[in-house]
Amino acid sequence: MSKPYLRPYQKPQKLSDYPLGTASEAGYLVTKNSGWRNERPIITDECINCLQCYLYCPDGVIFKTEDGLDIDYDFCKGCGICEKICPKQAIKMEVE
Amino acid sequence: MSNKITAKTITDSEFFYGHKACAGCGGSLAVRIALKVLGEGAISVLPAGCMSAVGFNYPHLCFSNNSIISTFAGTASMLTGVEAGARAVGIKNFKAVGLAGDGGTADIGIQALSGAIDRNDDILYICYDNEAYMNTGIQKSGLTPFGAKTTTTPSGENIHGNLRPKKNLFEIVAAHDIPYAATASIGNLPDFINKIEKASKIKGTAYIHVVAPCPIGWGIPVNETIEIARKMMDCGLWYLAEYENGKFKLNKNPSDFSSIEDYLLAQGRFKHLEAADIEILALQRDTKWATIRKNWNNIQEEL
Ligand SMILES: Cc1ncc(C[n+]2csc(CCOP(=O)(O)OP(=O)(O)O)c2C)c(N)n1
Ligand code: SF4
Ligand code: SF4
Ligand code: SF4
Ligand SMILES: [Mg+2]
Repeated sequence: MSKPYLRPYQKPQKLSDYPLGTASEAGYLVTKNSGWRNERPIITDECINCLQCYLYCPDGVIFKTEDGLDIDYDFCKGCGICEKICPKQAIKMEVE
Repeated sequence: MSNKITAKTITDSEFFYGHKACAGCGGSLAVRIALKVLGEGAISVLPAGCMSAVGFNYPHLCFSNNSIISTFAGTASMLTGVEAGARAVGIKNFKAVGLAGDGGTADIGIQALSGAIDRNDDILYICYDNEAYMNTGIQKSGLTPFGAKTTTTPSGENIHGNLRPKKNLFEIVAAHDIPYAATASIGNLPDFINKIEKASKIKGTAYIHVVAPCPIGWGIPVNETIEIARKMMDCGLWYLAEYENGKFKLNKNPSDFSSIEDYLLAQGRFKHLEAADIEILALQRDTKWATIRKNWNNIQEEL
């Protein structure tokens, strides 16, 4: 399993610190999206692991774990699509 | 049948992650899923539009596969170059894939797309259709439907939004006698996934047209993106189909349609429509379905 991940970023100090041309390293994240969120989805015990929320999350932040699912709150935007799509109403949105 | 990619078997890896698309963005879901099916061998080309704007913000780069921004008009021509170049330097197991908006595809990019299909270049072109130029603030494109309000097709006393019908790009592409073309919707991801998988194995040009609602431009709550995409299919304003071996095939043939009014009036961009406008859309829908049912090979496949 791999995905783009957060890494430190040093603002270029001098011209030679800038990349040559417009190409740069893939999957290099420097800022979180968590601040966009008003509500946070919580996966409750009602979950039957049908994976609908995992599939339909536009940000791909719901991920499989050994015993079910978890959410990467660094990048969840709180859109609530997961809550809506869940056939068991197992996701609750909690005000941040 | 059993080796279809499902939510269980699809890779856990994410190739489009941490992007700056609005919450609930349908286009970002289409791009995310397409790249999960294609995997790390995908070399993606994104023209100017929301998905390049939200994915490439140096130094914040949200694609983990090789990806590049093309000119607005040049998705398909850049795909041609990427495919030829990758082949020339001996890269194996790659797929050049375009991820372009409706404006970038149906309007300014149509010439490059037509040329690539004509040469039968070995590329996959995916158009994520949010029915307007969203990245520049919701202007009408050739894929904006009749009646929709955009900043260039406002609604007033005399004119009720867009006057022109949505271009039928799927059939325009098919008319090139392309090896494979399909319609899809983010409201039905299993179907979309199957079609990407199928298209990725085609030798020659393949095209997928996926409807991907934009909560901002459509005027819906951000948690209703999937629901509205499903309503659009249920009311018959979108259909799931394929074109292959010179034949059209309808994948789903609903016995009846849900209310077209429910679909339309749930969206800010259609709120101004009057009964007579809705009638026009219903008539266009019925005419289209009558032709489809008469002329196409309507085998219903399990989706
Ligand atoms: C030649 C050229 N004309 C205009 C633009 C400005 N522009 C950038 S994105 C965009 C809208 C793209 O619309 P669409 O292709 O539907 O993608 P969306 O933003 O809806 O995802 C426009 C007009 C440009 N970048 N290049
Ligand atoms: S959609 Fe609901 S039941 Fe299914 S995996 Fe997600 S939380 Fe669990
Ligand atoms: S709220 Fe939206 S972004 Fe967050 S996990 Fe649910 S679907 Fe994904
Ligand atoms: S404006 Fe629409 S298409 Fe563009 S990022 Fe926002 S939700 Fe997605
Ligand atoms: Mg668009």
